[in-house]
Amino acid sequence: MKQVVTGPIAEAENALMWQAFSLMLVVVVPVILLTLFVAWRYRAAGGQGAYKPDWDRSRIIEITVWGIPIVMIGILATWVWDRTHALDPYKQLPGAEPLRIEAIALDWKWLFIYPDLNIATVNQVAFPVEQPLSFRITSEVAMNSFMIPALGGQIYAMAGMETQLNLQANEIGAMQGRNMQFSGDGFSDQTFEALSMSQIDFEAWVNKVRSGDSALDQASFAELSKPSIDAPIAYFSTVPQDFFSRRVAHFMGMEHEHAGHSDGGDK
Amino acid sequence: MTENVSLLFGRLGPDALPFYSWVAFSGALVTLAGGLGFLILVTWLGQWRALWTGWLTSVDHKRIGIMYIVLALIMLVRGFVDAIMMRLQQAMALNSDGYLPPEHFEQIFSSHGTIMIFFMAMPFMTGLLNYIIPLQIGSRDVAFPVLNAISFWLTAAGAGLMLISLVIGRFSTAGWTGYPPYSGVEFTPGVGVDYWIWSILISGVGTTMTGINFIVTILRKRAPGMLLMRMPMFTWTGLCSSVLIIFAFPALTVSTVMLALDRTLGMHFFTNDSGGNMMNYMNLFWIWGHPEVYILVLPAFGIFSEVVATFSSKRLFGYPSLVYATTVIAILSFTVWLHHFFTMGAGANVNAIFGIATMVIAVPTGVKVFDWLFTMFRGRIRFEPPMKFTIGFMCLFVIGGMSGVLLAIPPINYSTHNTTFLVAHFHNMIIPGVLFGYLAGYMYWFPKAFGFQLDRKWGSRSFWFWLVGFLLAFMPLYALGLMGMPRRMETYGNPEWQPLLIVAFIGACLILLGIVSLVMQLWVSIKQRDALKDTTGDPWDGRTLEWSIPSPPPVWNFDSVPVVTARDAFHESKITGVVLSVAPEEEPLLIPRNSTVGPIIGAAGFCVGFGAVWFIWWLMFAGLALAIAAIIGRSFFDDTEVEVFPGEGAESI
Repeated sequence: MKQVVTGPIAEAENALMWQAFSLMLVVVVPVILLTLFVAWRYRAAGGQGAYKPDWDRSRIIEITVWGIPIVMIGILATWVWDRTHALDPYKQLPGAEPLRIEAIALDWKWLFIYPDLNIATVNQVAFPVEQPLSFRITSEVAMNSFMIPALGGQIYAMAGMETQLNLQANEIGAMQGRNMQFSGDGFSDQTFEALSMSQIDFEAWVNKVRSGDSALDQASFAELSKPSIDAPIAYFSTVPQDFFSRRVAHFMGMEHEHAGHSDGGDK
Repeated sequence: MTENVSLLFGRLGPDALPFYSWVAFSGALVTLAGGLGFLILVTWLGQWRALWTGWLTSVDHKRIGIMYIVLALIMLVRGFVDAIMMRLQQAMALNSDGYLPPEHFEQIFSSHGTIMIFFMAMPFMTGLLNYIIPLQIGSRDVAFPVLNAISFWLTAAGAGLMLISLVIGRFSTAGWTGYPPYSGVEFTPGVGVDYWIWSILISGVGTTMTGINFIVTILRKRAPGMLLMRMPMFTWTGLCSSVLIIFAFPALTVSTVMLALDRTLGMHFFTNDSGGNMMNYMNLFWIWGHPEVYILVLPAFGIFSEVVATFSSKRLFGYPSLVYATTVIAILSFTVWLHHFFTMGAGANVNAIFGIATMVIAVPTGVKVFDWLFTMFRGRIRFEPPMKFTIGFMCLFVIGGMSGVLLAIPPINYSTHNTTFLVAHFHNMIIPGVLFGYLAGYMYWFPKAFGFQLDRKWGSRSFWFWLVGFLLAFMPLYALGLMGMPRRMETYGNPEWQPLLIVAFIGACLILLGIVSLVMQLWVSIKQRDALKDTTGDPWDGRTLEWSIPSPPPVWNFDSVPVVTARDAFHESKITGVVLSVAPEEEPLLIPRNSTVGPIIGAAGFCVGFGAVWFIWWLMFAGLALAIAAIIGRSFFDDTEVEVFPGEGAESI
């Protein structure tokens, strides 16, 4: 799938990467060239430079060789402090009210719940272009890592815990998202479709999902939880209240519960 | 668990044999053939007694060092076979399953990492430490020779478990880091993860004892006048590495024991439910895992320091800077573990602080590169193979350092973590940084150990194959990572990735030629050992004490203990003409007698591990009892030393 779409987070992460890379090249390229030059110039067979076998210290050189890396790292450190806070995945993006989406990693597929729209999907997530997205992420199985590479950043999905990721798409298009953390035989194919669309198209998409007749409930979730590779896209027209929070909470119960058995008494 | 566990055989049954895939079956056959071939060869040559008394029961640090390196080279080949199989799979697997089923591919990437870190790099490093450090500090042996043998045999036991997993049962599919909850019984039942746990647990005990042994050796067994600030750089790095070992390895032991308790006794340290929390595992694992990188790379830095000074025929530039840089790296290495999981959802303050701490390590590391550069400056550089590896390292390592700094910046890490960019980065540190260093050390000190030099031509060929092979194998992975390719992909659907993966496979083939060149180098050199003979004990115009004694050194190393008055003590004595040591001592020397305790405890460790993996509890407890009995038995053994008279010029063995 073409990853032509981009978003403010991906753009900022990329920009930071090239910025830091260029700064380091200023030192790294001369070091490599100097190494090769010195090795050639001072070669035993036919080299030209002076030979001073006992020369082993120089205050100026010592200060320089400690100084250059310290200055470099000093500059980078300020960038790290500033950018890490600016690009904190938990930080809500500015602009319109974000669309809330909850993602649950299963073996080996992704379940997406739209709590405000009361719908859920499997292996496909759609959202309006240029609207901030606020993901809450967890796992029912082993640790996963949620990522839509075109939009930037990733975050772990862990059972019994919730992590957050804020993203946004700047253009309309189709992207591939996936699990980045190895989690078993279906890992390679554990991808999902991420669609950024116009507001009108998004509303049509929501209506399409709603028009289906399957509901996300104990039985359908138990069925969905069975390990499967390359699971097809599926839609659920209704979702129980607080479904996501209950899935996170059920791991914290002392009883050894299996997915789909009982969610009672969690709250 | 629903498995049948019998009293006699545990859960071991006929289905443990590798008939599930022809690739696994051939691997098992090759392993068996290698083992049997060795046994037949030794029998045919009638060398069992020589092997047993000369090597297996030896407590001589030089013999143990060589055995460690032999183990490392064997495991290098095994780990490399895994690597080239993965490269072939990924070069083929565009929209297809390639030639490996997912489960087998997962075993291969798990065993590749485990072998290369624990059973290639660690034994290689320990072997070099063993052989060289007592010679560099003017000592007759390590502080605890029998403990040293036990360390080796426990490492060998771990490696044995690792190898046998190819024949009996399967290896882990959970990667070399064994992250729970995936590595728990819920997701990966069976023996694979248990093999992983017990092989690194048992070898880890050996490594911890090595750390203790070398700290005491370096602090207590130095020749008179060998002040700390006169120690060769390799000894300094060995000291820092040993300190890191004893602080870091307990964390690995604890995290793997807890994982074993979860798996075997149904506990809940790292499970999803019942109050377990896998985040604790990741913290514990990387509190070991990050210092481990420096445990491996510091001695390699030491080797580069020795090599660059010797082959530039010049004093090491900025020795105090290098010492301080080494110790600073050692301390900082314990402050950065969280950078292995920036994507776990910690707050911006935590991520930023660990990111900055990580980048701070680049300062002393950068200083080292400059110091080596200025050692070459105004020198007279001889391009022997060890020096080629060193120059290659300097050029490639700064690239890896640069990608490391990028990964240390949390927002960049969010988009590159778990991709092949990360894989390219750590191979860029470990191949040029660690392995080039060890190979340089191997070629540099080989004449000391065996009395003849290694062939230059094949050494150079090996270097060039490794260098170009490395570039072709890993530069594409940087690009693929930026294109979003995750690590550990058995199959993929993006056609843009395939050309780069094919280039990476070609790189792996060149590295294969690099390994073949190493074998050829050894073969050719053994055949021409008379022409390559080192008669002086100082083939490279060396600077440190190990070059002041014959090659190979006598069992007792030094006829009389040298008196050190300067850094580069041997070089100074060559310039000033002042002899390092007086005439051979008249008194007899006491050297430690051979001991069977090492091999017995190694065998016991293997039984403990094998029993624990297969739930053969009697075997596990028999192994434990045997180890305890061997130690108690040894304590009744008073006649542990033998007299030798160096003055008689006894034959060196």
